[in-house]
Amino acid sequence: MNTLLELSGVSVSFDGFRAIDNLSFQIGEPELRAVIGPNGAGKTTFMDIITGKTRPDSGRVTWGESGMSLLGLSESRIAREGIGRKFQKPTVFEAQTVRENLAMALRNPRGPLSVLVCRTTPEATARIDAIAVQTGLEDSLGRPAGELSHGQKQWLEIGMLLAQEPRLLLVDEPAAGMTPAERETSAARLLEAARRLAVVVVEDDMDFVRRLNCRVTVLNEGSVLAEGSLDHVTGNEQVIDVYLGR
Amino acid sequence: MRRSFIARNPSVLWFILILALFTLFVTVLSEAAGIGYLSTSFVKTLGKTLCLCLVAIAMDVVWGYCGILSLGHFAFFGIGGYAIGMWLMYARTETLVAESLSNSVIPPTETEISNAIANQIFGVVGASEFPAIWAFSHSLALQLLMVVLVPGVLALVFGWLAFRSRVTGVYLSILTQAMTLALSLYLLQNDSGLRGNNGLSGLQNIPGFGATPQSHVSLAFFLASAAALAAGYVLFAWVVSGKMGSVIRGIRDDEARVRFLGYHVESYKLFVFTLTAVVAGIAGALYYPQAGIINPTEIAPIASIYLAVWVAIGGRGRLYGAAIGAAFVSLVASWFTGGGAPPVDLGVYTIHWTDWWLVLLGLSFVAVTLFFPKGIGGLFDLLTGIRVPWRTGDYGPGKGAWRKEEGRE
Repeated sequence: MNTLLELSGVSVSFDGFRAIDNLSFQIGEPELRAVIGPNGAGKTTFMDIITGKTRPDSGRVTWGESGMSLLGLSESRIAREGIGRKFQKPTVFEAQTVRENLAMALRNPRGPLSVLVCRTTPEATARIDAIAVQTGLEDSLGRPAGELSHGQKQWLEIGMLLAQEPRLLLVDEPAAGMTPAERETSAARLLEAARRLAVVVVEDDMDFVRRLNCRVTVLNEGSVLAEGSLDHVTGNEQVIDVYLGR
Repeated sequence: MRRSFIARNPSVLWFILILALFTLFVTVLSEAAGIGYLSTSFVKTLGKTLCLCLVAIAMDVVWGYCGILSLGHFAFFGIGGYAIGMWLMYARTETLVAESLSNSVIPPTETEISNAIANQIFGVVGASEFPAIWAFSHSLALQLLMVVLVPGVLALVFGWLAFRSRVTGVYLSILTQAMTLALSLYLLQNDSGLRGNNGLSGLQNIPGFGATPQSHVSLAFFLASAAALAAGYVLFAWVVSGKMGSVIRGIRDDEARVRFLGYHVESYKLFVFTLTAVVAGIAGALYYPQAGIINPTEIAPIASIYLAVWVAIGGRGRLYGAAIGAAFVSLVASWFTGGGAPPVDLGVYTIHWTDWWLVLLGLSFVAVTLFFPKGIGGLFDLLTGIRVPWRTGDYGPGKGAWRKEEGRE
């Protein structure tokens, strides 16, 4: 298992508040990792740094075999490098059909001119159909995404991420707002994705994390408090004090 | 299976068909080629309206589809008008000067002719030399190039600076309006090189066609405007269909999400902004020879605001809506302000529409925004029975879907 993404000594402050404090983190390919922590621990900022939305004040973020630095790259460039992000609230393009949503996400040249002259190829159609089957949306391809249920939107978003063919998936609270049955399916799909990709799941729901059965990183006040199996970290005194014991 | 462009966008066929029928109808009724029922000035009004429709669909692409409320597109329209106006004025003055100098005993030198032309054009602002920006005015080809290049480059530079700094929403609107205001104030100066507040005039006289009656010239421009509108419509319909359209509408609805999909949002905005600015310039170049005069007040921010009002009343996010809005509002405006509407006597007060038209327009704008967000174009949805479900509240119709109050951010 090679290291795909590495953050070392990353710090960022907003108006004097240290959101991330000397954080170091590594993930291999493939690997499934859950990131937990109390509110304000810096989970979202951590994702913002990886995806280029927030520039850290210090530290290094390196990517891939060659160890290229992600600092200073635009969000779109980082996404093209193979980092996909799923937001907490499902963000799909509600006014467009499921098929259009997936077509937009499909891995293809992203420049305005190549998009302008882009034509639908049979391969692209087949790929969209395959992803729709994978995410259980095969009957909804022609519907506007706004009509889907909350859970279906979550899956559409995951489908869009798969269509991007990323190497690293960042998933923010995938279980939020789902019914128990939908949660189970979500967990299964994430586990399946993690057989090929690096997947980072930020989640508050401990039952869901248990179901993922993977290595867990606990964040607190912007740095790593503990790391290991779920049983290992839940047995940690500090973790119980700041997070679980409350 | 892949369907053709027309099959996927039936509105294009309808639009072209109706435009063709309208053009034929006007041609048959015109003085130049038909029974002479329509006056030359009315043919000019219709031709100008078609140019306004063209700039309106450009505005719809940039605002209705891409979500950039630009208050600068009428400035690009005006720049196109100035660019063609410079050649029209130069060439016509050259003809007049050549005529008057041909009677002199000693044949005039090139410099004398050039000075005489400059005197004629700039005497009104107290100058007698050609400013640098008139360097290309002797050549129709170069000035036609300027019609496209100047709005294009201005939009490219301005857009690059604005989009790169991630200026969005109302701040971007204010910025574009500031650009428009700065441009019109600059042009108002006498030493701007474009005759200050006098602007360029006599543009309806096409050099080389001095003997052609205005009825023919007006019909030719009407037909050219119709062709440009048709071409512009097809171009924009193509741009906003397919994957490009998906990305552009995605940028309007959720810019950050498009960015995380790997699209460089700024390049797309720049593409749309520049393309629409170029089309606006072409529309202006067709409009002002029909209007006959252009001056800096045409470029003032209020004109760009009217443009946004037309698009809003016609219906944002559908090209034919914008065209209908521009045609409807501008024709109704000329009816009201031209004394066509009879005054309403209320006993204590008489409503003269020349004074009250703007109030009426303002009220209709507010009413459309509040009650008919889809504008006039929305009527076509009723006609074709399309009902778009309104589902921004709850999470969805599925059995397991959460209701709004159960979900969380």
